[in-house]
Amino acid sequence: MKPEEIVSRLKERFGDRILESKPDALSPWTVVDPAAIVEIASFLRDDEALAMDHLELLGGVDYKDRIEVVYVLYSMKHRHRHTLKCRLPRDNPRIATVESIWRVADWHEREAYDMFGIVFEGHSDLRRILCPDDWEGYPLRKDYKFPTSYRGMPV
Amino acid sequence: MGVIEGRFEDNILITSLDWIINWARSSSPWPVTLGLACCAIEMMATGASRYDIDRFGAGVFRPSPRQSDVMIVAGTVTLKMATRIKRLYEQMPEPKYVISMGSCANNGGPYWQYGYHVLKGVDAVIPVDVYVPGCPPRPESLLEGLIQLQNKIRRQTIAKTSKVERA
Repeated sequence: MKPEEIVSRLKERFGDRILESKPDALSPWTVVDPAAIVEIASFLRDDEALAMDHLELLGGVDYKDRIEVVYVLYSMKHRHRHTLKCRLPRDNPRIATVESIWRVADWHEREAYDMFGIVFEGHSDLRRILCPDDWEGYPLRKDYKFPTSYRGMPV
Repeated sequence: MGVIEGRFEDNILITSLDWIINWARSSSPWPVTLGLACCAIEMMATGASRYDIDRFGAGVFRPSPRQSDVMIVAGTVTLKMATRIKRLYEQMPEPKYVISMGSCANNGGPYWQYGYHVLKGVDAVIPVDVYVPGCPPRPESLLEGLIQLQNKIRRQTIAKTSKVERA
């Protein structure tokens, strides 16, 4: 499917929950309502014409006024790719987990939690994955303050 | 410091004993298998047939710190790893030596300014005998570091009066 077709199929199914899209971008993307992410993700995976059976990437981006969660999806069957984005408030970003839809989201969501503090509601094991368990702050946030010491070791 | 260092008066017997102890220790410094980053690749190359660290008796990389004599800190020491490195060092039996390999282990290297997660030099947590510069050091550099460590071991003594080189 072409990016325009993917976007129109999503719009036809979900209407005003599809907030914005840019099908002619180098990596075509669609911004969707964070509250509907599980529904939209299930549809993308299960719909015969879309069949996005592979979550290539799940990451966070800090835009200073908001935090975005980015889902890069790929269909092994149809060989097409599309990006979903969800905009979240910077203070207390929360979104439902897609772990039950793509199993690989487990560690990706833990990483996004570790680096940006995005809380994935319903995640089975939301712990830090790269930083130590007792680390303070979220290192990839734009306003992150570098620590001066960790457990008595100078940084 | 080991069990016998700094316990005896200096005399001709000690001098001969020193020679044989230091010969034994410097001829077989078995390293811990501790590869942390890209320096580990160079360390592996040093262990392989072309550079052959076995020529200096240091080719027996042990999987346990309890069987090792020298720790080659090969790579970036993150803060998360630093606590573990310290524990591994404490588990090594005396006498023990540390070679800090590469810029990251020496002083943080490329993470010197903006690495919030990197320890700026492994000497902040464990004492270092030899620093090998480079990013990463070539196998020849690591071998030179090892030879310098062996020279250092040969200057040690078990006598009370002389200063033992390492505290």
